[in-house]
Amino acid sequence: MTKSKRVLISIILRLLAFGATVAAMVVMVTSHDSAQAFNLTFTAKYSNDPVFKYFVIAEGIASAYSLIVLLITCSQKSSLWRFILILDLVIAMLLTSSISAAAAIAHVGKKGNSHAGWLPICGQVPKFCDHVSGALVAGFIAPILYLFIVLSSMHSVITHLFL
Amino acid sequence: MASRNVEKLDLSFSAVPDKPKKDWVIVYLRILAFLATASATLVMALNKQTKHFVVATIGTTPITVSITAKFQHTPAFIFFVIANGVASLHCLMMIGVDILGPQFDYKGLKPVLIPILDMMSLVLASAGDGAATFMSELGRNGNSHARWDKICDKFGSYCNRGGAALIASFIAIILLLIITVMSINKLKPKK
Repeated sequence: MTKSKRVLISIILRLLAFGATVAAMVVMVTSHDSAQAFNLTFTAKYSNDPVFKYFVIAEGIASAYSLIVLLITCSQKSSLWRFILILDLVIAMLLTSSISAAAAIAHVGKKGNSHAGWLPICGQVPKFCDHVSGALVAGFIAPILYLFIVLSSMHSVITHLFL
Repeated sequence: MASRNVEKLDLSFSAVPDKPKKDWVIVYLRILAFLATASATLVMALNKQTKHFVVATIGTTPITVSITAKFQHTPAFIFFVIANGVASLHCLMMIGVDILGPQFDYKGLKPVLIPILDMMSLVLASAGDGAATFMSELGRNGNSHARWDKICDKFGSYCNRGGAALIASFIAIILLLIITVMSINKLKPKK
């Protein structure tokens, strides 16, 4: 694989990952819904739950990192690419833990937990639930893309030294 | 002339490939990571607490209901147990490969497969960790907006044992990250 093809694949993957993380962050931040029950308004926002706040922060960090690495892809120093590989690993870990945590709590919100006496809330705030599901789908694509990015970084680090 | 003879001898020695120096640091780290993931799996899998609650009193005899808190009640903890189990099996397999490894011939895809598998198990372990951390945070603090009560005040030792399993899993993740970076470093040819 020629060097230009490798750089092109890496740029496309990072661009897609940037798009996915920004989409997940934006959709989660704009999710809110309110329901009326017995003259009380019951609002559901993403900031009600620490998991969704962690999700937004993690996606924000990952999107900022993707943008920075996209801007410095022109540099060819091999020591820099080794450092970027390690950071790619850390960001992939961060993204998978955030999506896994958000999916766990969203599952409790959708189906409830009868053993703990937690009732599902999706029946009362369906718009909020749909928004959060959309953000989770985008947040699921991002770590998968990051796994491919790590593989491509590993490939470029190995073949750089063989050149 | 004597130096040329020495050079010829040197050439003949290097024709026989000598065994690569075994890196014991990474084997020790893998053993530690195996212990951490295995202990996280076991502590969470054996996490169970039964409590009796008095529901009503008929005359003088109280009616008690026993409620059990098990790890199977929450899909997040099931995923945590499975993910850490897979990570510990991976560590065990890699210890075997590292100890018995130099006997086999490594060519083609195999040297690259070890860092890739390390990365996969790292990512899996961190996913299980994230889910279990926030689920236990929900159990400890509840969520007033969604009307979800906390359960840790009633099932104290269940929560504490879950917390211990989480700490072991955090240590395992840090060790797995170090191991992955070291095995990627080993891949590259020395300059």
